[in-house]
Amino acid sequence: MRRAYAAHRVPVGRVSVTPTAEQLLAIADDELILGWRDSEWTGIAPFLEEDVAFSSIAQNEIGHARALYELAARELGTTADELAFDRAPQEYRCAPLVELRLPDWADTIARHWLYELADELRLQVLKTSDDRDVAGLAEKIDREEAYHRIHAQMWADRLAGEPRFEAAVERLWPAALAALPEDLRARLAERVGRDVARGPQPGALARGNHTAELPELWEEMTMVRRSVPGAAW
Amino acid sequence: MTVWEVFRQERKGQPFQHAGALTAPDERFAEEYAREQYGRRGESVALWVVPREAVHEVDEFPDELQRNYHRVDGYPLKEKLREARARAGTG
Repeated sequence: MRRAYAAHRVPVGRVSVTPTAEQLLAIADDELILGWRDSEWTGIAPFLEEDVAFSSIAQNEIGHARALYELAARELGTTADELAFDRAPQEYRCAPLVELRLPDWADTIARHWLYELADELRLQVLKTSDDRDVAGLAEKIDREEAYHRIHAQMWADRLAGEPRFEAAVERLWPAALAALPEDLRARLAERVGRDVARGPQPGALARGNHTAELPELWEEMTMVRRSVPGAAW
Repeated sequence: MTVWEVFRQERKGQPFQHAGALTAPDERFAEEYAREQYGRRGESVALWVVPREAVHEVDEFPDELQRNYHRVDGYPLKEKLREARARAGTG
C-alpha cells in the first residue's frame, strides 16, 4: 500500500531544506499531530461545553498547520497536502510530546498547558523573522494561540495542586522541554516553575525521534488519502 | 457547576439578545465557553455572560380589577369607530 502513493511522496527527509523550511515543518507537524490528538476528545470530553471548546482548539491547530505547510511548501516546491499526508511517519519533524496518545484528561490538559507555553516562546522568535510572510503568519497564529493559552491556563489554575494533574505535568515535563530548541528551554522552565536540569534524556524525547504511537496515528490520519492516491478532493 | 446566561450583540448599537445558556465552573470558563459557542463565527460583536443566579426574574403581573385599558388588546377601536361613523352619517 505504501508503494502505491510513493510516486507523489515528498522525501523531505532526504533533501536539504533551508533552516526556515525545516523550522516551519517542525512547527507545522507539531500543530497537525497535536490537533489530531486533541480532536480525539471530540464527543467524549468531560462535559459538553469543554467538548465544543477543545474541539475548536484542535481545529485551530490543524488550521495553523495548514498555513505553515503552505509556506514551507512554497520553499520546497510541493503542496501543503503532500507535506501533511504523503510523508512516511519517520519523516515528520514533530516532537514526541505531541505524538503521545493521552486518554486521561489530566494528561491531556497537562500537555496542552506545557505545549501552549512552549509554543508561545517559539512563536515569539518566529515573529521576528526576516521573512515577512513568516513573521506575518506567526503574528496571526499567535493572536489565536492567545485564546488557547487562556484556556490552558484556566485549566492549569483550576487543577493546580490536584495530585493527578501535578503527576501528569511531572511526567510530561521532559518531553515538553525537549520540544523546544535549547536556547528557549530555560525560559520555559521559568514559566512552569521547574528545573531545566531535569530536562530531556538524550535520545528518545528529542525532536527527530518518534514514539511508537506515531505510526498508528499516521495510519489513521492518512488512510483516506492513501485509499485513492493522487485523487483531487 | 453554575449555569450562565449568555446575551449577544450582533452589531454595534443593537440591543443584546438572549443567545442561550451554558454550564461552567467559574467566570473564566464561562467566558471561554461563551466565546466558543456564541462568538467564534463572527456572529457577535459583544457578549454579556451572566450567572443565572444574578438574574432577578419577575413573572407575576396581578390585574385584579380587570383594568384592561392598560393592555395592548384592552382598548378595541373597531366598535367605537363603527358607532362614530354611524353618528356622522359616513358609515
